[in-house]
Amino acid sequence: MNIVVCAKQVVDVGEIKVNPSTNKPVLEGIPRKISDIDKNAMEEAIRIKEKLGGKITAMTVGPPDARERIKELLAMGADEGVLIEAPENADYHLVSRALARGIEKMGDVDIVLCGEASIDMFSGQVGPRIAGHLRIPQLTYAFRLEADEGKIRADRNMGDTMVISESTYPVVVTVTKEINEPRLPSLMQILGSANKPLNEWKMGDLGLEGEAPRVTEVDLSGVSMERKNVIFKDDLDEAVNELADRLAKEGVTG
Amino acid sequence: MIMMVLIYSDTEKGALELLSKGRELADAAGRKVSVVITGPDAGSRAKRFIEHGADRVILAAPSLEGFKAEEIADVLEGIVKDEKEDVILISSTKNGKELAPRLAAMLDAGCVTDATSIDIDSGRLRVERTVYSGNAVAKEEFASTPAVITVPGKAFDPLPPDPSRTGEVIEAAVQPGGHGSRIIEVKKMVSEGVNVEDAEIIVSCGRGFKSSDDLKMLEELADTLNGVTLGCSRPIAADLKWLSDDHWIGLSGHKVKPKLYVACGISGQIQHVAGMRDSGIIVAINKDPDAPIFNSADYGIVGDLYQVIPKLVEALKARK
Repeated sequence: MNIVVCAKQVVDVGEIKVNPSTNKPVLEGIPRKISDIDKNAMEEAIRIKEKLGGKITAMTVGPPDARERIKELLAMGADEGVLIEAPENADYHLVSRALARGIEKMGDVDIVLCGEASIDMFSGQVGPRIAGHLRIPQLTYAFRLEADEGKIRADRNMGDTMVISESTYPVVVTVTKEINEPRLPSLMQILGSANKPLNEWKMGDLGLEGEAPRVTEVDLSGVSMERKNVIFKDDLDEAVNELADRLAKEGVTG
Repeated sequence: MIMMVLIYSDTEKGALELLSKGRELADAAGRKVSVVITGPDAGSRAKRFIEHGADRVILAAPSLEGFKAEEIADVLEGIVKDEKEDVILISSTKNGKELAPRLAAMLDAGCVTDATSIDIDSGRLRVERTVYSGNAVAKEEFASTPAVITVPGKAFDPLPPDPSRTGEVIEAAVQPGGHGSRIIEVKKMVSEGVNVEDAEIIVSCGRGFKSSDDLKMLEELADTLNGVTLGCSRPIAADLKWLSDDHWIGLSGHKVKPKLYVACGISGQIQHVAGMRDSGIIVAINKDPDAPIFNSADYGIVGDLYQVIPKLVEALKARK
């Protein structure tokens, strides 16, 4: 199986604070990481390779420091990495176009694995967009996968329903967090990842020089979580009485 | 900007909500709103959409049963190209959210998912959406058409039906292509028929509970508060399966806004907070004084929930 895992470098959303004077979220200086659900996609790729053999390529569109994220995926078990330099004002159109072209450039890809959505924006666009660009089938929101030589079967969480689907290859699969527990690389794997190939492509290498975004961000404003933060500790009897009084005063006790 | 609005939803309720917004956008430009419906009985449902604001109902692919994103995307792509529609509104159900980006890619178009507002600002189509787990709102602008937008349920109220409205019903010749995927089976998710999204009072549980039997304690608290609705964080529904997914509150679960939200034994991961941050009053009970949930709470008690909950039930009962 020739597998491509698409992963995104994101800010650690739990660390974001809103600057009260500008009302903007502060994104500088916040740790970067691989979007959590993309690691589930990586883990699933490794399990498929363990069963059926093949090769895994980890691909991302991102800034230069996303190299470090690709190295983490190489340590987990990817055989090769691809970093596509993100253009200015990249939107989902540009990012997924670039990934789709990257996949075409590699050739003979059987499975494209993505997380259901990235934890920063949670749009869930990239997987179905790649499938749309390549005009191949898509199996979304998979929480269980069974890959075989000729076809792949997915149990999919579609909200009110659970849909069991199968597809021939090539196919795009997006996975949910429940599908597996991503492995932690060993020290040997981390050291070994330095010797694995990491290719860097630009939009021009993919025939996308000058391609314009379809959507631009015109404003980003912070939503501050202002709460009373009245916390009772120590004497529990006092605390529950205090709380019951407050809730009655707020008029929310039913 | 020309404003031909096309609407597709996998549920009738969703389509009626989208019609209300679509009507407003099209009226501002003096243009038309069309609704696409597929499947064998599509014709019988057309009148209802016209009564609720559609100028035109497009009946397509009568052979299609159920929902497969690849097929619906083919049908919509054909209609958008033939009819020169330039704003496509789709419900933010899971079906809608796997359909919209696929369609956008096929049309080489921009797409915004989960738009909370859609407006024309100086001739430009602008939408807002919540990002960074609820920490920020992004305002985005379409640089080109067609524009594909998905809209969450209840973002807009359906227009009242007007039985005297008239509209066109046409049949589209487009047919879906063949695809290598197929649906084997559709099962109802295990559901306890709970609707957390409409609940006034929610008491919610997380990993602080040691066994599913202990949830009885939580039910007692819910009864005391006259709020029968139980919520939970991801591990309780997704990993431990003590409660069905319809109780799950968070970024990938349900988004709720009760007047009172009581989080018991929930640490307060940002993905959980994203699902309940619009609640009126938030109460947290957790034994860890450093649990992030306290930052998101109006009132909190630091203590073992196995002691706190029974005492709180007594205190609330004493005030009745």
